[in-house]
Amino acid sequence: MSQVRLLVGTRKGAFILNADGARKQWSVSGPHFAGWEIYHLKGSPVDPNRIYASQSSGWFGQVVQRSDDGGLTWNAVGNQFLYDGDAGTHQWYDGNPHPWEFKRVWHLEPSLTCAETVYAGIEDAALFRSTDAGASWQEFSGLRKHGTGPSWQPGAGGMCLHTILLDPTNPERIYIAISAAGAFRTDDGGKSWKPINRGLHSQYIPDPNAEVGHCVHHISMHPSRPGTLFMQKHWDVMRSDDAGDSWQEISGNLPTDFGFAIDVHAHEPETVYVVPIKSDSEHFPLEGKLRVYRSRSGGNEWEPLTAGLPQSNCYVNVLRDAMAVDSLDSCGVYFGTTGGQVYASADSGDTWEAIVHDLPSVLSVEVQTLA
Amino acid sequence: MSASIQVELPANLCLLASVRHRVQVSVEGPVTQRAVLDALESAYPMLQGTLRDQTTKLRRPFIRFFACEQDLSHLSPDAALPEEVARGSQPLLVIGAIAGG
Repeated sequence: MSQVRLLVGTRKGAFILNADGARKQWSVSGPHFAGWEIYHLKGSPVDPNRIYASQSSGWFGQVVQRSDDGGLTWNAVGNQFLYDGDAGTHQWYDGNPHPWEFKRVWHLEPSLTCAETVYAGIEDAALFRSTDAGASWQEFSGLRKHGTGPSWQPGAGGMCLHTILLDPTNPERIYIAISAAGAFRTDDGGKSWKPINRGLHSQYIPDPNAEVGHCVHHISMHPSRPGTLFMQKHWDVMRSDDAGDSWQEISGNLPTDFGFAIDVHAHEPETVYVVPIKSDSEHFPLEGKLRVYRSRSGGNEWEPLTAGLPQSNCYVNVLRDAMAVDSLDSCGVYFGTTGGQVYASADSGDTWEAIVHDLPSVLSVEVQTLA
Repeated sequence: MSASIQVELPANLCLLASVRHRVQVSVEGPVTQRAVLDALESAYPMLQGTLRDQTTKLRRPFIRFFACEQDLSHLSPDAALPEEVARGSQPLLVIGAIAGG
């Protein structure tokens, strides 16, 4: 029988939750790396027992962990992220040049085809890759050095490269997103990059239609349609059907189009999920009601999903990497909150259940569908 | 001649290195902060980058080094550590500065 394994990163450790395909009974292991911030964990699609974890601390810096047995045991691997050549500067909050400095790994994206290869999105924003299962890391410096890098500026959470999407049909194509620079794409395996932000409109930057400077919060893609992208921007939910060359707003009837997480149904490429958050100054759901919104039409028409979710006095947030979908026949949808709950739906979002209630603040949720 | 130095680590690093609170490392030559950290990182490679920057070798901002009731954090990494530490009768304490939750 199929199994699902949830990988949950929190402010104070990692947790691994397992269930069979019914997704009713969950076992919880953890905290792994207790006391450390776990920004992200993700398993290799090639070898699902190989899992990478980003472990960090304001005191002790960055550690990268790897498990080769599905999270039972872990080993620290390479944690040296050296910018290629002269790192140069980007803009600081005050507009002055500021040296590029490594702070932490926000996102780890294992290769779709090679268990030894994994990508890392870091703060200050850069993309790294390891081809030796995390032992050593090399930068794709063409991203920072393509031309606009010196003008990038951090968002409130830091200047982080938080989204990495690998095109399953074209190994040369990678999408990434940076707060607050925007989205970028390479079509030559990471050597050269270009901004893909045309159509984004952000009133909080001097030129709302600028080539870079947009605070993209997250991008998601259905593997069967890698040219179609769905974006949750700081404000606005957006869609591109030409690999990011142009974007159209699809916020439609959402009650607020601010938010962080966005994901696509495993079997329906036009079914999209977001969790609307009240505003950039009030990072919690509108009216204290935790509602996932689902569009079955690729955007614009959205329906609230509330069954099993708290509909009063709920003031949690759902962060950008804290939503995931499994690939069982009845698609499972999962998200974690800053209040420490992880919610699961085994029926594409129609009904929800909190499978854990009291974890530390959740930073990321990934799911593995195991045979 | 090598000296056997005792080092006490904060809980998060004990967890990372799978060791108890106090470890013992062997230092050749003058017993300095740099020599002790080199020996510590050599014995426990997973600690590389957690106490000092891997490139600059500078102490991470929220790491402190205490011994014999003195704060040694701001001494030169090449200054001699107290005689009691060099003799192994007192530990070098690695402390995570008190800050935040």
